Amino acid sequence: MAVLTYRDALTQALREELQRDDRVFLMGEEVAQYNGAYKVSKGLLDEFGPMRIVDTPITELGFAGVGVGAAMVGLRPIVEFMTWNFALLALDEVVNAAAKMLYMSGGQFKMPMVFRGPNGAALQLSAQHSQAWESWLAHIPGLKVCTPGTPADAKGLLKSAIRDDNPVVFLEGEMLYNTKGEVPEGEHIVPLGVAELKRTGDHCSVITHGKMALVAMRVADDLAKEGINIDVVDLRTVRPIDVEAISRSVQKTNRAVVLEEGWEICGMGSQVVDFIQRECFDDLDAPVLRVHQEDVPMPYAKNLERAAKPDAGKTIAAIKKVMYLD
Amino acid sequence: MSTEARKAPAPASKRKEPGQPSSNGADAPSASDLAATTPEIRRDLLHSMMLQRRFEERCAEAYALGKIGGFCHLYIGQEAISAGVMSMIRPDDYVITAYRDHGQALARGVSPRAVMAELFGRDTGCSGGKGGSMHIFDAKTNFLGGHGIVGGHVPIAAGVGFAIKYRRGNQVCVCFFGEAAVNIGAFHEALNIASLWDLPVIFIIENNRYGMGTAISRSTANEDVLVRAKAYRMEGESVDGQDVFAVRECMARATERARKEKRPTLIEMRTYRFMGHSMSDAVSGTYRTKDELEENMKRDPILVLHNKIYESGELTEGEMHKIDDEAKAIAQDAWDFADSSPEPPLEKLYTDVYADTTS
Repeated sequence: MAVLTYRDALTQALREELQRDDRVFLMGEEVAQYNGAYKVSKGLLDEFGPMRIVDTPITELGFAGVGVGAAMVGLRPIVEFMTWNFALLALDEVVNAAAKMLYMSGGQFKMPMVFRGPNGAALQLSAQHSQAWESWLAHIPGLKVCTPGTPADAKGLLKSAIRDDNPVVFLEGEMLYNTKGEVPEGEHIVPLGVAELKRTGDHCSVITHGKMALVAMRVADDLAKEGINIDVVDLRTVRPIDVEAISRSVQKTNRAVVLEEGWEICGMGSQVVDFIQRECFDDLDAPVLRVHQEDVPMPYAKNLERAAKPDAGKTIAAIKKVMYLD
Repeated sequence: MSTEARKAPAPASKRKEPGQPSSNGADAPSASDLAATTPEIRRDLLHSMMLQRRFEERCAEAYALGKIGGFCHLYIGQEAISAGVMSMIRPDDYVITAYRDHGQALARGVSPRAVMAELFGRDTGCSGGKGGSMHIFDAKTNFLGGHGIVGGHVPIAAGVGFAIKYRRGNQVCVCFFGEAAVNIGAFHEALNIASLWDLPVIFIIENNRYGMGTAISRSTANEDVLVRAKAYRMEGESVDGQDVFAVRECMARATERARKEKRPTLIEMRTYRFMGHSMSDAVSGTYRTKDELEENMKRDPILVLHNKIYESGELTEGEMHKIDDEAKAIAQDAWDFADSSPEPPLEKLYTDVYADTTS
């Protein structure tokens, strides 16, 4: 199996889907001539031409709406946001138009489209450029929300997202683009709404998604050296969310830590904990703990930023606490 | 102040007409040729406008009786615009609009029964009772809604124009919105994109002079809304929206421009709404005077058309009454259909949230 970066895995998915269906097109800032702000669309303009790889002005609300209109009449747009922080300007089109069109038209108008781009914090980009938006977007009925953490999942989920007849929010990780992993060639599909157990162990479940899946796997490897074995449940999509996979793991380990990149209040973890208390109440040997960003806007200074972010150390501390080891 | 007295750009006939000395050759038909009417077309226009009027009078009645809930924005006073515009486009063209959408839907040919049933919240409504007054959708007539956020659908129209271009089609997308939408970002972003990318979209500002209760003079730094066309290197026209023939001529130029030159147009149609912003607000007395309302009602678009037809002698008073009676009968039939239709079954609460299909 080929080892690819997360970036190249995404490019491969885009290329394969553009080849497969001529209704698919990619649109966004710097996606064509510049080859993509993060080079995810590198080479695609040469291969598919300017009608299918479309540079837009800096006009998030405008081009998100163009995507909605094109999807309404049968095209399959992939709208790239340079980052999800900029997509806030476009949320009316994502939330009020794309997510609700099928419902408020009584099933007449499908929205086969993808909104994608990097999400979450990179390094020292400070408050306005370092935010994880999945809990905002997963709140909305009508949207599906993908958060791939590995190159293989990035490829497989993006192909599923492009083929889905619903609006799919696809959250990539700025810090993930250069990470590497084995990626199956050709037709590799990861279904939306199916979690993957990325590490197995009996002592505790760590339920996570996106970039934090990598942190959780590292934690699993480190703790294994101490004789602590954990389940890492990578949700991969946070809407629909794989409640069964969460329950299966927690019913086995009887302890859980929920790890996410975003803030605490109304975060994805709040929802996961709710599922656990409903589905696994009698299985729990300890309260479920959460690891997340500190409840502050992201600071710039290196030391403050490090302190604000969820990380392996905080995750290990939480695992030991639910195992009553500290 | 009457509609005509309002400070406005020069009438269309005196403005430079970029579409007319066109690159399409000397034998291309003029806008007035394309918009020329026959007695049959004139009768259809009157019928469309009467139907909208009589239908919405019943909407007001149904709202008062509690059969229609939520917000309900009536189009009464503006019917020449919808009738004129729809009469100049093809069945394969697209229409998208804001929340004052009943009249436009009817003029486009959406079933009056399906529209009334939607307003009554019934299973037989065009959106199965899930959309209501502000969200009339009809795939059969390419009627793309019914959108409730001011300006939000204007970029969507650009997207429909993009899809037409992508497929090398020669349809147009007509997008309606009120004059208050010209101050919102989505409008500007959409106009820039449509002009930059040569998209066949006709943006129609229905300038009824009030965004809810705020007069245009209190909301808009430059009341000449067509400067916004210039700002985006787009052709713009201002037209008397109470005169259905003027609306048709203007649309003839805009559709030719969209189909042949692949260029968008911004049109201001000057009009006046005879009802409140929605059913829940007073017709006059707060933000506009009764005198102003009455002055404007003298230019009721139906009256304007009626008088022209009557003066021409092609329809007798009796024949015109018959058109009115037909309109009333269709509105009554729509009411009866809606009133006797079932509510949506509860299991439909959960359908249409997601499509269960993939490509």
